[in-house]
Amino acid sequence: MAVAVDIQKAVEDAAAHLYVWALKDIPQDLRDAIGEAAERETSVPGRRVLDTIVRNVEIADTGGNLVCQDTGIAVYYCRVGEGFPLHPARIYEALYNGTERATVEHPLRSNTVHTLTRENTGQNVGYRVPIVHWEFVPDWDGLDVKCVPKGSGSENMSFLKMCVPADGVAGIKRFVLDSIVGAGGKPCPPGIVGVGIGGSADYAMHLAKEAISRPVGTRNEDPLVAELEAELFDLLNATGIGPMGLGGDVTALAVHVEHADTHMTLNPVAVNYQCWAARRATAHVSADGVVDFDREA
Amino acid sequence: MADVRMTFPTTEEAIRELRAGDSVTVDGHIIGIRDRTQIRIFDQGQEPPMDLKGAFLLHTAPGVRKLGEGRYEKVCIGTTTSARMVRFTEPLGERYGVRAICGKGGLPDEAIEPMRRLGMVYFAIVGGAAALETTQIEEIEEVAWEELMPECLWKFRVKDFGPLTVAIDSHGNSLYHDVQAEAKKRLEDLYARL
Repeated sequence: MAVAVDIQKAVEDAAAHLYVWALKDIPQDLRDAIGEAAERETSVPGRRVLDTIVRNVEIADTGGNLVCQDTGIAVYYCRVGEGFPLHPARIYEALYNGTERATVEHPLRSNTVHTLTRENTGQNVGYRVPIVHWEFVPDWDGLDVKCVPKGSGSENMSFLKMCVPADGVAGIKRFVLDSIVGAGGKPCPPGIVGVGIGGSADYAMHLAKEAISRPVGTRNEDPLVAELEAELFDLLNATGIGPMGLGGDVTALAVHVEHADTHMTLNPVAVNYQCWAARRATAHVSADGVVDFDREA
Repeated sequence: MADVRMTFPTTEEAIRELRAGDSVTVDGHIIGIRDRTQIRIFDQGQEPPMDLKGAFLLHTAPGVRKLGEGRYEKVCIGTTTSARMVRFTEPLGERYGVRAICGKGGLPDEAIEPMRRLGMVYFAIVGGAAALETTQIEEIEEVAWEELMPECLWKFRVKDFGPLTVAIDSHGNSLYHDVQAEAKKRLEDLYARL
């Protein structure tokens, strides 16, 4: 019993660290993508935006400040090994407490409100917040926790369409194009465009969200889906929306697509946008409570 | 596309000199405002306890640390999406003499005509670049309506605030309008490639 409590404390500490770390230090793959975008951009306002972003990331590093003021809604992705000695009910408790502690101790702006009264519910925690997604892994005794604080500017630019099978892949591409042009500068482009296809309405959006939490530069393992990612990337960057919607060559840093098999009469497509400040941070927790933080995952 | 340095509060004359695409850096005083602040002013009819004549309004809900009664220090101050608050553009200019609205993501086309008629501009800031923005805010000088935390009415003293892009000017030009019009044209060709 004492062992389990210690592990719960280790997960809570990890969550508290991950939340703040994700907000302050954006991953290298993203820094590289922003740097490349700044070199490729030719529009004057677009270059101004990208140069400012590069400067901002450096200032967050040297000043130890948050990259963006929007501390987001706390989202975690957990991969739990079947042999991990802490039950998911307690893992959730640890993530909840870790999020709350980080918010109080830093302090971080608290964004969480009751969805009807709009009253603040506490320190970035509330009813069903943080939001935690679970995956259970056989023949393993570890835990991976990825923290993805999600800003509202980009989350507000989420779109779902139940295309029909006759719309085909062309219908999927058209919906993604229309969504990103319609979003314009609001989601802080250039960012990661997450696309979820197949499954059901809710699962397509879940997949789109999962897609934005992948590192830039990763491709879907299914070559057909990877090809769709590449094609969408070219299409979106041909729209001219540009950095912060002020016009330019770079509209998306990456397009990630996740898919699931679906019903023969369904063709759902979901778009979830992630801003250029695509915050994420991961911890690997071993069965004996040793935490290994991972910048790349 | 000029590089302009301005001090706020300012005059209609100075605002009329700005053109869409110009780069602007700001010194002086700016006012932080957000959804709930403007709902209180315009929907609930409460007069703002700060003078907004000639003002620069920033769409923000800052992260702050409380020092004492009515006193706060900055932690992380950035900018929110403006489009949600577009309906307040005209009354802000007409009733209170606001000269500039600054936010991220732009204002829809319905802001173009009141900005032209009243002599106002929209400044685009780089959304998410809060670490930089925080260093350009020297001090939080005043806070009103603290019960709306963090959507209070804030008065900041700033230095070298920017770079901002004039995205909607007072002559009927909007970069957002132009970018959308161009994108709609391009979409026709892109659809043909699907």
